[in-house]
Amino acid sequence: MIIANRKPFEEIKAMVAPFNRILILGCGTCVTVDFSGGEKQVGILAAELRMARQLEGKPLETVEHTVQRQCEWEFIDPIADMVRSVDAVLSMACGVGVQAMAERYPDKIVLPALNTVMMGMPIEAGVFVERCAGCGNCVLALTGGICPIARCSKNLLNGPCGGSQNGKCEVNPEIDCAWHLIYEKLKAMGRLDALMEIMGPKDWRPAGGGGPRKIVREEERLEFMEM
Amino acid sequence: MEYQPEITLFTCIYCGYMAADTAGALRIQYPPNTKLIRFPCTGKLDVRYILEAFEKGADGVMVVACPIGNCHHFHGNVQATRRVQYAKKLLDEIGLGGERLEIFYMSGGQGGTFANAVSTMVERLKKIGPNPLKNGFKPK
Ligand code: SF4
Ligand code: SF4
Repeated sequence: MIIANRKPFEEIKAMVAPFNRILILGCGTCVTVDFSGGEKQVGILAAELRMARQLEGKPLETVEHTVQRQCEWEFIDPIADMVRSVDAVLSMACGVGVQAMAERYPDKIVLPALNTVMMGMPIEAGVFVERCAGCGNCVLALTGGICPIARCSKNLLNGPCGGSQNGKCEVNPEIDCAWHLIYEKLKAMGRLDALMEIMGPKDWRPAGGGGPRKIVREEERLEFMEM
Repeated sequence: MEYQPEITLFTCIYCGYMAADTAGALRIQYPPNTKLIRFPCTGKLDVRYILEAFEKGADGVMVVACPIGNCHHFHGNVQATRRVQYAKKLLDEIGLGGERLEIFYMSGGQGGTFANAVSTMVERLKKIGPNPLKNGFKPK
């Protein structure tokens, strides 16, 4: 899932300072599960902003709403009236949702309440870790299911580097060395021979090095096809 | 008239509520300023409830939970503690001040401790003064 973090309150407050009535719009998918931008966080942020503004003598009116997914037209089209009724939209979706709103409602100011951080997962209640960097050419088959791009600080394809110590990465002793994990995993599975394969230089174009990426599935398109 | 702080008191139906009940049964006097709201467990405490209480004009919020290690539901009181800590930070950011919120731990028989906790909170809130959002604020 996409994992995000709420921006500092002061920053959010400054962003909405010029407005009197805003829509605080949550997203019911990733950011609900990671507790950054779901219905509950919308309610908390709305209450915080209202109280802070009231204390400043500049009351703020808030409309609270959460859509199932902010990154799809079909979920954000039905809230057009709500969007029209406010001065600005404070989106609690990931960056994709914020952009979808900004694109669908071109006349409306759409502001991000979150910092979108990574693709990852919760490893225990309240703890989220990065797992994939969307490199566009997955190598997990060779690495025992542990990603060397997202989980090695240097994105090494043939690790570990000389900084791997006692299973930890030299960048930060709190980070497990991904290549140490890969080695231990393959060893436990009797698959160390997988490490004999040298991975050549990675083509970073599918990872975004070739500009913004786009995927077209012809079989799913509805547009008229010229034969 | 002297300012009498209004306190919203969240408690579980186990130790917390029983302590309040014990205080009553023992005829222990404590300030009558609390509005008591019972949860099945303080693990049900939500940051949103705390903020809502303040938005609706509570001068303070106190949470009365079972002693750590004695939660009927294992660790609901630990989660309540974490949420109280988080909500204190939010209250500071809002400008109301985190000291308007506190969590206390006690077992069902501790009626005196309950009365003391309420008095402690009342004294603290008297020093801080009333919730500035109290009058004339109509949340949407
Ligand atoms: S190798 Fe690439 S696609 Fe596979 S998990 Fe890592 S970053 Fe994601
Ligand atoms: S110590 Fe391990 S995780 Fe860190 S940069 Fe080196 S190989 Fe990558």
